[in-house]
Amino acid sequence: MKDELNQEHTAPLPPDVEAQIEAGVYAGISGERLSDEEKALREAGEAPFEETHDGTQALVEAIDVKQHFVVKKAKGKKAVLKAVDGVSFTIHKGETFGLVGESGCGKSTLGKTFLRLYPLTGGKVLFEGEDISTLKGRRLKELRCKTQMIFQDPSSCLNPRRKIIDILMEPYVIHKRFTPKERREKAMELCDMVGLSRAYLNRYPHEMSGGQKQRVGIARAIALNPKLIVCDEPVSALDVSIQAQVINLLEDLQKQFDLTYLFISHNLSVVKHCCQRIGVMYLGRIVEIAPSGRIYDNALHPYTQALISAIPQIEGEKKQRTVLEGDLPSPSNLPEGCPFHTRCPRAMEICKKAVPQLQELEPGHQVACHLYQSIEEESK
Amino acid sequence: MGFIKRILKQKNFMFKLGIVICLFWAVVAILAPLIAPQDPVAQDLSRRFMPPSGQNWFGTDSLGRDVFSRVLYGSRISITAGLITVAVSFAIGILYGAVAGYVGGVVDDIMMRISEMIQAFPPLILAMVIAAAMGPSIVNSVFAMAIIWWPNYARLTRSIVISVKGNDYVTASKLMGASRLRILFKEILPNSIGPLVVMSTLDLGNAILMFSGLSFLGLGVQPPTPEWGAMVSDGVSTFQNWWISTFPGLAIFTVAMGANFIGDGLRDYLDPKLRNQL
Repeated sequence: MKDELNQEHTAPLPPDVEAQIEAGVYAGISGERLSDEEKALREAGEAPFEETHDGTQALVEAIDVKQHFVVKKAKGKKAVLKAVDGVSFTIHKGETFGLVGESGCGKSTLGKTFLRLYPLTGGKVLFEGEDISTLKGRRLKELRCKTQMIFQDPSSCLNPRRKIIDILMEPYVIHKRFTPKERREKAMELCDMVGLSRAYLNRYPHEMSGGQKQRVGIARAIALNPKLIVCDEPVSALDVSIQAQVINLLEDLQKQFDLTYLFISHNLSVVKHCCQRIGVMYLGRIVEIAPSGRIYDNALHPYTQALISAIPQIEGEKKQRTVLEGDLPSPSNLPEGCPFHTRCPRAMEICKKAVPQLQELEPGHQVACHLYQSIEEESK
Repeated sequence: MGFIKRILKQKNFMFKLGIVICLFWAVVAILAPLIAPQDPVAQDLSRRFMPPSGQNWFGTDSLGRDVFSRVLYGSRISITAGLITVAVSFAIGILYGAVAGYVGGVVDDIMMRISEMIQAFPPLILAMVIAAAMGPSIVNSVFAMAIIWWPNYARLTRSIVISVKGNDYVTASKLMGASRLRILFKEILPNSIGPLVVMSTLDLGNAILMFSGLSFLGLGVQPPTPEWGAMVSDGVSTFQNWWISTFPGLAIFTVAMGANFIGDGLRDYLDPKLRNQL
């Protein structure tokens, strides 16, 4: 099955499209290009599969994704809440992509968008080159096997009325795989994989600890052999000692099953530990994407710098902290220009007017900030 | 049978008491012709308003009929009518409310406005109108009661479903590709059913009383057929003869109480969190 898919997806893109992706041309342009490509290829019975510059394959690609919600306000007024507003980036096969940002910046919404939990407001999400925003019926059910999610709150993610064994057999029941006896065996295997004693299979969720419940959640997520797992703050509700265990488990499973993770968190140390690349979100936009090491050593965006400086330090001399003033503006009433300019210590005039676009400053490191755009323009 | 055995193993005393009370009334209803000492409709005008005695355990009413025999016979109609009314409105209300709450949006708005239309009428008056239009009979008045009763369940179900569907396990089920029906029946409804079961057992007493109201107005059971509610209202006019109302009233009270105990016990039984603590 796997080989088949790989063969299908190795169709390379024309060089000019590839070059554009490499050059970081975003949003509308590359989006339309890709959709034409995709249509042509789909008619030919093949799904396209992008090759990126470092040779790894893109598993998921977000192109100018917008996720707006209509919220009712007092006196019958309606407001548009822009949870995610024009996000473009790629997750490569087999990597762990970290998504960080403060509460309410749209991380979780973006993660759920990749799973097609909501219909997209704008843009598209390509999964293995296929636009998932238009999937329906059987095709959508097929996608459900390939993408899964691990939830933040382990006690809310398991149905309290069902035993663990029923919860673990549920994916196979839904997809009508195996006989009841085989399902039972599969559930036991899943237990072994996530390091859970088989004795727990006959228990109810409330009889287990948070870490054990999270293991069940992970077991359920890998039951259908997915390719992408969105981990929505998988350890933030757990005890610190359990956090490490769960993260190690996630890493082991990644090696074992060739999984790709979208790791959503607000805990920078956790993200640093387990992610290869990190995207920083602020108010529904990605402000910086960089390899994990670069973000910590050489953060470019003022917001990222503030986040990094907020990591508690035990040893060494005290750093100067960048403390952000004020609160996060409401996503239903976004400030004009750069969304961060209201709190940015280095805001300029242009920040109030124009929205900065993501720009690749060095290989794999993209920033959306006028500071660097102006430097580049000046140097030209 | 495993289910019944497990229920009887529960340590909850009230639950067992509820079962005993309800079984008692069920036996009484079935065996009424064998137990009853006298014919429930036989009149003896020379023995009107006799207080409870060895001959008439519960006394006699205004037409000299034996109240004890009438209470025994009355259980047949009252309990059946109450049970059917509650069961039908329970089934309709839960399905209706679950769909409204789960689908949400415009569908929810329209469905809830329809149910509110029914609730906007005074319940007894609407039941009267429906029963009168369909012709007075036991079946018709039970049907009329079910029609006015189900919106209560629909509203409660809807609000519970809305709160339950926000849980992560519902999202997880959707992400696994479960169909909407499967999510509704496997994930949402089992987690919503507890309060509804309790409400339905509480309603049993109300339903018996309302049915008696209809009977009193001549739309349900026709006299002289014995029926608890009608007997209670008979006695109210001559209150110095307390036994006429009191005994059928006690009968209604015990049935409702037994059903209540069972409801509480069932709710705890259905909730795995409480099951082992009972």
